[in-house]
Amino acid sequence: MSLLKPLIISIWFALLFLPFKGLKAALFFLIILLLTLLLFNSLFRYKNIFKDPLQKIFNLFEFNILTPLYESIYLRYVLFAALLVIPFFVKDYVLDVAILSCIYIILALGLNVVVGFAGLLNLGFVAFYAIGAYTYALLNTKLGIGFWSALPFSMLLTTIAGFLLAIPALRLRGDYLAIVTLGFGEIVRLILNNWDTLTKGPNGISGISTPVVFSFTFYKLTHFYYLLLFFVAITIFITKRVHKSRIGRAWIAIREDEIAASTIGINTTMYKLYAFAFGAFWAGLAGSIFAAKMQFVSPESFTFMESVLILCMVILGGSGSISGVIVGAFLLVLLPELLREVQLYRMLALGAGLVILMIFRPRGILGGKSASLRI
Amino acid sequence: MLLQQLINGITLGSVYALIALGYSMVYGILELINFAHGEIYMLGAYFGIIFFGFLTVLGVTNYSIFLSLILTFLLSIMFCSAYGFTIEKIAYKPLRNSTRLSPLISAIGVSIFLQNYVMLTQGATDKVFPNLFGARGFYFLSIRMTYIQLFIIIVSILIMIFLRLFIRRTKIGKAMRAVAQDKTMASLVGINIDTIISITFIIGSALAAVAGLMVAMYYGLVNYFIGYIAGIKAFTAAVLGGIGSIRGAMVGGLLLGLVESLGGSYISGEYKDAYAFVILIIILLVKPGGLFRKAELEKV
Repeated sequence: MSLLKPLIISIWFALLFLPFKGLKAALFFLIILLLTLLLFNSLFRYKNIFKDPLQKIFNLFEFNILTPLYESIYLRYVLFAALLVIPFFVKDYVLDVAILSCIYIILALGLNVVVGFAGLLNLGFVAFYAIGAYTYALLNTKLGIGFWSALPFSMLLTTIAGFLLAIPALRLRGDYLAIVTLGFGEIVRLILNNWDTLTKGPNGISGISTPVVFSFTFYKLTHFYYLLLFFVAITIFITKRVHKSRIGRAWIAIREDEIAASTIGINTTMYKLYAFAFGAFWAGLAGSIFAAKMQFVSPESFTFMESVLILCMVILGGSGSISGVIVGAFLLVLLPELLREVQLYRMLALGAGLVILMIFRPRGILGGKSASLRI
Repeated sequence: MLLQQLINGITLGSVYALIALGYSMVYGILELINFAHGEIYMLGAYFGIIFFGFLTVLGVTNYSIFLSLILTFLLSIMFCSAYGFTIEKIAYKPLRNSTRLSPLISAIGVSIFLQNYVMLTQGATDKVFPNLFGARGFYFLSIRMTYIQLFIIIVSILIMIFLRLFIRRTKIGKAMRAVAQDKTMASLVGINIDTIISITFIIGSALAAVAGLMVAMYYGLVNYFIGYIAGIKAFTAAVLGGIGSIRGAMVGGLLLGLVESLGGSYISGEYKDAYAFVILIIILLVKPGGLFRKAELEKV
């Protein structure tokens, strides 16, 4: 009996695999799968082939181990000091990865406002990122406006875009909303790709200048590193304050139960609007920095996969928890860099990882318990 | 010119309608946007190429093209249904009682997984489906309708008629409608919910397989990312007609195909892919219930 079930499962999956690589590969796959299942079986009783072991691994990440460590104030000081001195010890490559992580941390924190705090799924977040990047790129290359004067503009513009997208959002439920935002992201990308006279289409815009502070031009990676550290600190500070404020609490109430929230007098429509605009605001910041750092933007950087990647960062760490989101963003930038050899399988693993995460820990690695009680 | 574009639009539209039916049926029962449905369509196209190639190697194609086409259709329907069934069991069933967003994210995961799975096993380049009918077709009044276009339209119409009869007349169809209305009540009168959901996925996947295979025959080229864009468009079609309604999916698919083909030739071809999204946003803003369905109040 204990052999029959794994055998049937492996034969089934081997059959599904058969047309793609032929008989030999399917047989090989069958044997590997059978052995793995049997191994799991003998280790953990056959009834819970997957559920138990994975649950135990995930339980390791439960509050009691990691949270006190993270929350200890000394650790934070040590971490901060370490971040400040890192550029003196490491190679350019490491700095590059660190800068990339910082950009994604800002993006993920922005999306976290929409997905984590307000519980609205936004699958077109990359559109705001693109608008921010292209606003700076165009202002700079066409009008010669510097980074610091263009930054408020591009952040304002993305915020307005967030408002505009939120207007349909006000009337839609979760999954419809997801599709509309996805459509918005695709429309923005198609416009950037096809409006040749303004955006130079798929060729992208190059020759964007880097930031200048008091006649000091940013040109080395170290400069960008410190700039980004500064912006990440600001982002964390502000999102944290907003999260604890009246607005933040209203968002959480809407996330947990929209109808209940509206019965206690929260204007759900208004607060959803705020969430979209506030999230987009940070994407504008990240986009401008991205354009300034790369000195080049093209529609290729703003595909749907990018939106999914940012969403994964938010969900992996634990949507709603700021430290969780930072960990998630950092992990998802770092892992592909560490696993360069198996890069082909990166997206495969990402897809499978999303499914597994949703089944076993829908609130992410560091995600907290639900604020409400389900009856 | 106009008539020619109408014919192209109807051809494209019948394919969208077939895929949209799968979305609509799953949404009607589970209230889940099955993001992976577009990938099933893509798999259908790939299975078509793989099995047709296999049958050609075996010599069946030389013996009779029609026999090998029928076998190809049957095999890819079988395999796509198996994939649809498996996806539901792995990725959606464990999440049936969780929040609304979890299954959606899980579905996105499945979609990414399948795309990359096909890319890794089949390569990232375009695959070619042999051109069986050539460019042969009818000509009247300088309008051309190829045999493949005729084939696609006829097959789609037949499938839709059968599906409608199946849902209306058979016992399983009745059970499906019951589950869509109220799962708890349906299970109280002795309907096995899990079986009905599995059947829904199997039928939806079979329709997507047919659509994928026909598109592979029509365009001749297949790539691993065709599922994403086709899936979104078919979903738009389903929403356009009113999601959950079978008739709506058919009409929505045809309308979308017409808009795309007419807009592509009269407004701008570059933005062809954007029309679906614009229509989707407008429909959701103006008539969220779709053309054929009254807007419902949300159940508390």
